[in-house]
Amino acid sequence: MAEEKFEPKITAFVCNWCTYTGADLAGTSRLKQQPNARLIRVPCTGRIDPVFILKAFESGADGVLISGCHPNDCHYNTGNFHARRRWIFFKDLLDFVGIDESRLHFSWVSASEGKKWVDVINGVINKVREQGPFINYKKTNPLEVTKVDFEKGEVA
Amino acid sequence: MQTVIEVAKKLFEEKKVYCVVGYTPDGGNKTKPFIAYSVEDTDKLVFNHYAINNLAVYLNRLTKKGPVGVVAKGCDIRAIVGLIQENQFKKEDVFIIGMNCNGVVEDKYDEFDKENTQIKCKYCNIRTPHLYDELAGELQDFEIPEDPQGPLMEKILKMTPDERWEFWKAEFDKCIRCYACRQVCPMCYCEQCIADKSVPQWIETSATIRGNFSWNLIRAFHMSGRCVGCHECERVCPQEIPISLLTRKMGMLAGKEFGYRHGMAVDQPTLVGNYNLSDREDFIK
Repeated sequence: MAEEKFEPKITAFVCNWCTYTGADLAGTSRLKQQPNARLIRVPCTGRIDPVFILKAFESGADGVLISGCHPNDCHYNTGNFHARRRWIFFKDLLDFVGIDESRLHFSWVSASEGKKWVDVINGVINKVREQGPFINYKKTNPLEVTKVDFEKGEVA
Repeated sequence: MQTVIEVAKKLFEEKKVYCVVGYTPDGGNKTKPFIAYSVEDTDKLVFNHYAINNLAVYLNRLTKKGPVGVVAKGCDIRAIVGLIQENQFKKEDVFIIGMNCNGVVEDKYDEFDKENTQIKCKYCNIRTPHLYDELAGELQDFEIPEDPQGPLMEKILKMTPDERWEFWKAEFDKCIRCYACRQVCPMCYCEQCIADKSVPQWIETSATIRGNFSWNLIRAFHMSGRCVGCHECERVCPQEIPISLLTRKMGMLAGKEFGYRHGMAVDQPTLVGNYNLSDREDFIK
């Protein structure tokens, strides 16, 4: 079997009011971006529970991007402030159990920043591509392990 | 200094509480949690080096029926204050019998010795409680031995991400998902735990390495800025996973980043429930 080039899967949690609209603007402005990201629209960054991030990794994401309104721009006034404080802890916790920093990215992208969105998402995709597949987390999936072993011929 | 029994008797006579949560001998030389409902019951109360349990875990339920007296060490009082900070009950609902604590024994040893105190006692600095209604017990001279968890923590912090991953993978692999850590934790009081939710199921319930990672990480995250460091989770863990390292790391971050310690003052706003305009955001692009 020829070796396939690794293409990362990125899960991006974006807020409805800023980044999703910003990404939409990037599309309507016909700015080029790499197609590796799957966007998940949430009402606000404050809605993003850290289990979402773990679930994304569990489901095979190689990297996660979280993006929302700039501080003081939140549609709900304080959602991103609450989220920001939570991330400080969650980021540190993931680092402590050995999930590399390059797997989890954060950004503020407003509805008018289509160009910034393209830069951010391309940057994340390139960085994760450099890191390679997130083997560590993939190996925690019992089905994934069986598949790998099956392909190697280790499991009948 | 007065004893626990004297204070508890006084509380019942003045009708300040309807029950007192304390410790009673378990038949051997250890103690077990005990709820006294009358003056006669109070004779069974004790407090010594074997008063291990954190009794704050019972308060959420008991305070629903009326004011409760509770025998508490410094570390337990942090949990009580933390619960008050989080509006689980009011200060008037609890009557804290603060104990001068000389350290408690590690569960696996039968006899108390300065060497075999619990890890938390080895770096404890609230041996005389910071908040109480009545103070009881004698404070002895007590040399604080070295913190045994410190070197392990430093070792993990020096590892590369991959080494850390392998370390935790080996530890979490042992987890049997008995949820003892959750049940014993005074700060884990959600009526429905996210680990029990089935639609959608966020955390895999079977004890696979994947579910174990989710469970332990989410548990630690929910404790961030809230853990009071009573080490009960690690004490009850049947698999002896050093899970208190995770919550302790979160506590260290809260101290370093925000100068915050949970459960120190009743009127202090909680850490993760609030925000500051000047919070760090150097990691956000």
